[in-house]
Amino acid sequence: MFSRFNLKAWLLLLPALSFLIAFTHWPTLKTIWRSFTWAKSDVAPSQFVGVENYQILVDDPIFWKVIENNFWYALGTVPTSIALAIIMALWVNSKIHCTSLLRLAFFTPTILPMITVANIWLFFYSPNIGLFNQLLGLVGIEGPNWLGDPDIALSSLMVMTVWKEAGFFMIFYLAALQTLSPDLFDAAKLEGASTWRIFRKITFPLLMPTTLFVLINAILNAFKLVDHLFILTKGGPNNESNLLLYYIYETAFSFLDSYYAATLTVVMLATLALIALVQIFVLDRRIHYR
Amino acid sequence: MKKLTKCLSTVGIASILGLSSAASAATDLTMYYPVAVGGSLTKVVDGMVDKFEAENPDINVNAIYAGNYNDARVKALAALQSGSPAQLSVMFSIDIHALRNLEAIVAFDDLVSNDSEKKWLNSFYPALMENGKADGKTWGIPFQRSTIVMYYNKDMFRAAGLDPEKPPTTWEEFASMGKKLVKKDSNGAVQQWGAMIPSTGYPYWMFGALTKQNSEVLMNQEGTETYFDKPGVVAALEYWQDLGNKHGIMPKGMIEWGTLRQNFLDQKTAIMWHSTGNLTTVKNKASFDFGVAKLPGNKELGSPTGGGNFYIFKKSSAEEKKAAFKFVKFMTSSEQSAHWSKSTGYMGVGPGAYETETLKAYVKTFPPAAVARDQLTHATAELSTHEAGRVRKYLDDAIQAALTGQLSAKEALTDAQKQAKSILRRY
Repeated sequence: MFSRFNLKAWLLLLPALSFLIAFTHWPTLKTIWRSFTWAKSDVAPSQFVGVENYQILVDDPIFWKVIENNFWYALGTVPTSIALAIIMALWVNSKIHCTSLLRLAFFTPTILPMITVANIWLFFYSPNIGLFNQLLGLVGIEGPNWLGDPDIALSSLMVMTVWKEAGFFMIFYLAALQTLSPDLFDAAKLEGASTWRIFRKITFPLLMPTTLFVLINAILNAFKLVDHLFILTKGGPNNESNLLLYYIYETAFSFLDSYYAATLTVVMLATLALIALVQIFVLDRRIHYR
Repeated sequence: MKKLTKCLSTVGIASILGLSSAASAATDLTMYYPVAVGGSLTKVVDGMVDKFEAENPDINVNAIYAGNYNDARVKALAALQSGSPAQLSVMFSIDIHALRNLEAIVAFDDLVSNDSEKKWLNSFYPALMENGKADGKTWGIPFQRSTIVMYYNKDMFRAAGLDPEKPPTTWEEFASMGKKLVKKDSNGAVQQWGAMIPSTGYPYWMFGALTKQNSEVLMNQEGTETYFDKPGVVAALEYWQDLGNKHGIMPKGMIEWGTLRQNFLDQKTAIMWHSTGNLTTVKNKASFDFGVAKLPGNKELGSPTGGGNFYIFKKSSAEEKKAAFKFVKFMTSSEQSAHWSKSTGYMGVGPGAYETETLKAYVKTFPPAAVARDQLTHATAELSTHEAGRVRKYLDDAIQAALTGQLSAKEALTDAQKQAKSILRRY
């Protein structure tokens, strides 16, 4: 085991490994442990309370609300942004004029930090002075209160997220498209296949590895990316646009309850791990790699 | 690490120069401070810090802008827990119970050593001290303090046939004048609203004004009990609902805190309720004639105070505490407070500030600058309890649920009261 080669390999791995353990695995274990403890304040010694925190969680209506919201948020943003990304990639991959300009245009939302974007969109969405309602006003429609109406606040967040994410995923698809051999398409055209058939039978299957990668990232982002909530809605009105990670933030830093925040974090970690496992083990088998 | 923090800080070249030239005996202070209303407040703070350092070459102050009130608390507490030094901070006045529960702060009474300092401790407006006191001691010194005031567009008042020098003083007048100020186009779409009261960001704060105007308070001084479901409190929320639903002077549903000032500046609303901290920005940017007045009342006039207090942290040496105390004393002195008030719109923290030449002259040319002070006699404490974050959220959620029509005012507030009571039972 400790042959010279092995030792060298371990030494080479050591820097990365120690960072990974110190900043990922150790905090994870600590969080899991913390979710089973409680103390009156951060300065008081904590005590083991078993699953009490999890019982509180099951009884917490806001927890169930954010889980529900997160589900709809993922469902609303992931497929849409992937579909848009593919369409945009196919478009900027074709031989039309000004493709680099077009690529840049699609990619711009990705370059901007989420906080900046949210601050701009806050004014887009504003009911009386906002861009959207002014445009709607031109055609005689009284626009809604995008972020203040409980029925559409979450959808408004989704629209912005799709706008922000699609360009990013487009880059992956564009890279993948450019590695595809033109021979396949030439052959298909020679056989007289329609554009849609070429896409369905050749392009899309060959893009599947990229789609899996993008899918995992998109779903993770649906849980991980909540920067815009700080600016746009703060989870309101009445938690209608609250998401799990933002609720964790509120619990830890606004309610100063690190124990319950740890409990929520464990739920989030478990959910994400489960999703990743399903994707890697189930979907992976059905994907064609060259 | 310390060096890195210094380099990353926004304190500017001046303090870095000061650092390198200071004698080795110098005391370094790190302080976090929040800005909740935007504008160039960081420059004002930096300028005041520079002045202090010029007067006190043996003390270096590293003032770090830390986002909004929530962010500032997060950063200051994180700094304390990580062991990196922060000796004082400006934080939300209502964080007092949380900070005491964490045993993070010291009482100013324990730092006062002579009569002149005692006098200083008693030199502030009593209304501003309400959120800074607990167990008979003073834990927070008022600094960037505000009340809610009513900004109104005098041009619109004239256009609607109202007297621009007579803004509404009662709830009835507020509703009836508001109706006259609403303007609709031929399709019935509203072009100009009568009034806007923000319901995101800090809804509980706006609600504190309405409840006080109805002669109710939201909690006891100890922060162990809340009174959300009292009939007078419910009636206050119903009035707020009515402004949108019944009187139609305000948009229905949520009104965004962050964009409200722009709405007012773009003349989409004739009246807005907002923090006095916006005053200087509104003054600089308004293209129309505007006025500032006390909020209207029902049973009485009223507004909660708001904003940030100075806290000194326990985890610092005696030397550092002394220096921090000196700095707080400087920043809240009449001269500095007057300068701060004039530059921002936040109020002077004691009567002394309004007796300085700076503010006397300013108030004379710009009377709105004194409205917040005049309103102090009707002021109440801002909602501050143990478990403040959660209790605040219960109330915020209830207000939003009622304003968006998900629940009735009574249902929403009864719910919030039940939740608050359950979380406060331990105290």
